[in-house]
Amino acid sequence: MTVREKNEKIDWSKRISPVVHAVPPSGIRRFFDIAAEMEDVISLGVGEPDFVTPWSIRESCVYGLEQGYTSYTANRGMLELREEICALQKRNFNIDYEPKTDVLVTVGVSEALDIAMRTILTVGDEILIPEPCYVSYKACAALAGAKPVPVPAKIENNFSITPADLEAHVTDRTKALLIGYPNNPTGAILTREQLLDIAKFAIKHDLIVISDEIYGDLTYGGAKHTCFAGLPEMRDRTILLNGFSKAYAMTGWRIGYALSNPDIIAAMTKIHQYTMLCAPITAQIAAVEALRHGEKYMKKMVSEYDKRRRLIYDGLTNAGLKCFEPKGAFYIFPDITVTGLTSEEFAEQILLKEHVALVPGNAFGDCGEGYVRCSYATSVAKISEAIARIEHFVQQRK
Amino acid sequence: MRELLELLVHDARRPVGELAAMLNRSEYEVEQQIRQLEQDKIILSYNTLINWEKTGTDTVTSIIEVNLTPQRETGFDAIAERIYRFDEVRTVYLMSGSFDLLVIIEGKSLQEVANFVATRLATIDGVTQTRSHFMLKAYKKDGIIMEDKEQDRRLVMTP
Repeated sequence: MTVREKNEKIDWSKRISPVVHAVPPSGIRRFFDIAAEMEDVISLGVGEPDFVTPWSIRESCVYGLEQGYTSYTANRGMLELREEICALQKRNFNIDYEPKTDVLVTVGVSEALDIAMRTILTVGDEILIPEPCYVSYKACAALAGAKPVPVPAKIENNFSITPADLEAHVTDRTKALLIGYPNNPTGAILTREQLLDIAKFAIKHDLIVISDEIYGDLTYGGAKHTCFAGLPEMRDRTILLNGFSKAYAMTGWRIGYALSNPDIIAAMTKIHQYTMLCAPITAQIAAVEALRHGEKYMKKMVSEYDKRRRLIYDGLTNAGLKCFEPKGAFYIFPDITVTGLTSEEFAEQILLKEHVALVPGNAFGDCGEGYVRCSYATSVAKISEAIARIEHFVQQRK
Repeated sequence: MRELLELLVHDARRPVGELAAMLNRSEYEVEQQIRQLEQDKIILSYNTLINWEKTGTDTVTSIIEVNLTPQRETGFDAIAERIYRFDEVRTVYLMSGSFDLLVIIEGKSLQEVANFVATRLATIDGVTQTRSHFMLKAYKKDGIIMEDKEQDRRLVMTP
C-alpha cells in the first residue's frame, strides 16, 4: 500500500476538534453555488454596500504605499488612527476613551467579536444573544467554549428585545449579553429608552455587554442611533465594536475596532498580538482618511440607502408580503409564510424559478424561520426588477 | 423638493411610481410637483449624456477664453447674449480671472469650429481677444466617468 493509499483510508474528520465539529457552516452560503452560476441572477443576498470605497480613501492608501508604508504597526493599531477613533466617539456620543489604553484596532469587527468573546468567556459560561442575528455571534461564542443562549425577538415587538425576554433566559452562568443594533438581518433598531432598560438589566445581573454597532451610521427616517456605551454606567461594562465596512463601503479592507475599559482592551490585545499581530497598515491608513474626510461620502451613501429602503418596503408590501419597516442597516426581513413555504423552500424556489438570490431567515437563528433577508444595497434598477419577480412568485402561491 | 431634484438629476427616466415610493409620497403629488418645477423653470430640460465617440460620430469641441470690453448699462450681459444665441455655442460662463467668458463650442470639424470663431465670435463688437483650446478626450462629464471600468465585484451571497 502506498503512502497515499494509506492516507486515503484515514478518516481525517475524526481528528477535528469536537468544538469546531459542532459548529455548523454558515447557512448564508447554502445556495451560493447555484446562484453563482446563474447569469441573470439578481442578488439581494449581499451583506455589503454596492458602492466602491470612496476615492479619497482609496487614494490615501495608494499614496501610503508609494511612501513605503508597508511595515507592522503597534499591536493596538496606529496611534493616529486610535486618536481619530476616540475623537469620533467624543464627537458623536460624548464618550471619553483614551487612545493609548481604551481602543484596539482589529481585522474587521469579525476579529473584534471573536477576541471579545475569548477574552470574557470560558467553558461553561453562557452568553445571551438576541435572535435573529448576524451569523457569527453564536459560532464565536461556541468556539470560545461558551454556550450561546438565543433570545428570540418577535415581529410583534418590531424585532426589539426587552428585559423580560432576557430575564426568561438568564441563569447563574450567564456572563455576558451580545447585542447588534441596527440589526442584521431585520433592520430593527433599539431606542434610547429600550437600551436604558437593557442597561439596567445588565447591571442587575452584572453582565458584560458586547455591542456590535457596525451599522450605527446607517439609520433612516429620523431614527437616530444610540451608542450603548454612552448610557450611564455603561462605558466600562461595554465592549463596543465598530468598523468601516458598512458606513464607508470598506468591507474588503478588513478593518474595525473595539473600545472598552483598559483591562479588557489589554486582555483583548494579548490575543490579538499573538494571533493577528496588527491590522494591515494599508487599511489603517485608509481608515484614518475615512474618519478625517469621509463623512460627506458616507452621508451621501446613507441618503441613497434610505431611498432604496422606501422603494423595497413599498414594493414587497405591495407584492403581498408582510414587512417590518426597517429603520437601520440595509436589510429588510419580509414574512413569507403567506406562500406556505419554509424560508429555505422560498429561497431555493425563488432562486431557481425567478433567479432572485436572497438568504433564508433561519440562517440567522431558529426564530428567523418564516422570513427571508433581502439586502437593498443594490441599484434601484435591480431592486425594481427583483420586486417584480418576487411579486410574480408570491402571486402564484397565494 | 431637493430630494426629488436629486433623484431626477441622476436619472430623469425614473418612473413616477418609483419616485413616489422613494420619497414616501403619492404618485399624484410627485407628478404635480414635477409639473410645477417645470413651469417655474427650475427643471429646464431632461438631457441624455452620450458617449458620441463610441457611435463613430465625429465632433469637435473647443473651449474658448473670451475677453470683452464691458458695455455701459448692460455690462457683459448683452455681449454674452449675442454669443450664447448661436446654436453652435453649447455653454457660456462668466468667469473671474484673466478672461471674461468661457465659451464651449461644438462642431463637426476643426475647420467648422475655427471658422465660427474667426468669422462670428471674434468679430462681435466688444470681443477683444479669443484663445481657443481644442478638447482631445473627455474623461468625465457632469459627474459621469465616460469609460468606467469599475464593476460590481461582490460575491452573490455574503453575510
